[in-house]
Amino acid sequence: MIHPIPSGTRDVLPQETGEVRAITDTLRTAFDRHGYGEIYTPALEYESVLARADMAEAQPAYRVFDESGAVLALRSDMTAPIARVVATRYASSEPPLRFCYFAHCYRGVRPQRGQLRELLQAGIELIGSPAPEGTAEALTVLCRSLDAVGLKDYRVGMGDASLFPALMASLQVREPVRLGLLQALARRDFVELGRLLHDAGLAGDAAELLIDVPQRRGGAELLADAPDPAVEAVTGMRRVYELLDADVAARVIFDFGLVRNIGYYTGAVFEVYDPALGAPIGGGGRYDELLGRFGRSLPAVGFALDVDQLHQALAGEERGTGLALAGSADGAPGAVR
Amino acid sequence: MSATHGLTIAVPRGALFDGTVDLLAALGLDTDELRENDRKLLFEDIGVITMRPSDVPTYVEAGAADLGVTGKDVLLEQAAQRPGEGGRDVYELLDLGFGRCTMVMASKDGPDPAVERLRRLGVMRVATKYPRIAARHLEETGRQGEIVEVKGSVELAPLTGMVDAIVDLTATGTTLRENNLVVREEIVVCTARLIANPVAHKLKAAQIDALLEQLRGLVAASAS
Repeated sequence: MIHPIPSGTRDVLPQETGEVRAITDTLRTAFDRHGYGEIYTPALEYESVLARADMAEAQPAYRVFDESGAVLALRSDMTAPIARVVATRYASSEPPLRFCYFAHCYRGVRPQRGQLRELLQAGIELIGSPAPEGTAEALTVLCRSLDAVGLKDYRVGMGDASLFPALMASLQVREPVRLGLLQALARRDFVELGRLLHDAGLAGDAAELLIDVPQRRGGAELLADAPDPAVEAVTGMRRVYELLDADVAARVIFDFGLVRNIGYYTGAVFEVYDPALGAPIGGGGRYDELLGRFGRSLPAVGFALDVDQLHQALAGEERGTGLALAGSADGAPGAVR
Repeated sequence: MSATHGLTIAVPRGALFDGTVDLLAALGLDTDELRENDRKLLFEDIGVITMRPSDVPTYVEAGAADLGVTGKDVLLEQAAQRPGEGGRDVYELLDLGFGRCTMVMASKDGPDPAVERLRRLGVMRVATKYPRIAARHLEETGRQGEIVEVKGSVELAPLTGMVDAIVDLTATGTTLRENNLVVREEIVVCTARLIANPVAHKLKAAQIDALLEQLRGLVAASAS
């Protein structure tokens, strides 16, 4: 007999549940050790409340009406609900506040490789701790947690959401052109980026910078010769980097073109990669303006891991096969420099 | 270290094959076996896998290849072209310049049956192997269309009266002319592109950038 379930959802049976539970238990212990208290929030929220966060591409995709006709939405991440909790239940608490969560979120993605519409996220939010200290703490918790679950070859890509906009502003890119450039960059379509620059009449050094800078990725040597307009963002990255312990710093690769597809990020952004998986395992960043939209203006930073992707990466590392990436010798931290 | 810096490259069989292999040869890769043996798929010693062009984004997205070469037509059809659109998640690094074709809308010679149909019925029927490109083009030009997806010779569809127009890729226009079809609209020019896996682009940044630099030089040299 076949009783279908919605595309992009799935049943998890005991063997897998056991393995996933082992991962989440380990993460929970690691988050707890760093002082992050676990919270639950409702999967359903008022749409108008979630809409206060600028989710851009991760907009809530599923809506229902309650008996009084109010529009409810299934949460698409945990950052917006936690911002709501902080603005209401912790309205007068002394920051910093530390929360962690293990929660299903719902997105309108087209189900394909590893992309589920109902995804299990594990993450933290650190509220009221500004850059660089807060960012460094979030990165440290991220790496210590991944170490604890036994992921070996992961790397954390770090960029800054303000870098490319600052570059465009200083090079006098006209306002209507900027959105197109940002969208091309978000897809890393460098051919399109070049074409748009050409069409916009940008040439010479300006165009060269706009195409070259977001392609810069690598180790700390990248921070040394940043072009003038990027100095502020790059200085921010260096300050964070200098606060990191050696083992965490060794995991970081800088990526000047890193753009997350969620609108609320303001400063440092990061993504987690593992050679055993062709797609990021998770990511996060600073969202210093989000809390203000809910009525309590506090700087904040957080990350979320996709537990199923993490599980797959662990399984891939275990098999030792994985992908084209895994066969190479540069899996060890420090090799990609 | 081999000429491909230890990277795995997905090479398309078919129209883009020769251009791609010429580039690899210019990089210093030993491509003799690649050229001679068209049944073999995996050339591990030179880091090359071969497949049909429309499979290249699939292998690259999954990370089974770090880099790949495929046509812009394939990317337009498979990759997300706008934020929020689902599609193959690959990075487009370089326009390789060869394999130049145009995506066109064509219909039978004489008075355009599509225009006639649109005026009287408000909807045109379009046959294509590229349903997403065709649908996007109609949407962007404000027309209602019914997309008929076919796998084989698209030129047959308007000749039998099944559809009013076709959207297809053409290099010289010969096939269209032979079937009494004329180009009505040019949608986009397509060339071969170098694409990368998002994770490889970060974790193998140095190798990919080195190869990219060499390829840029080769492409610029052949363009001038």
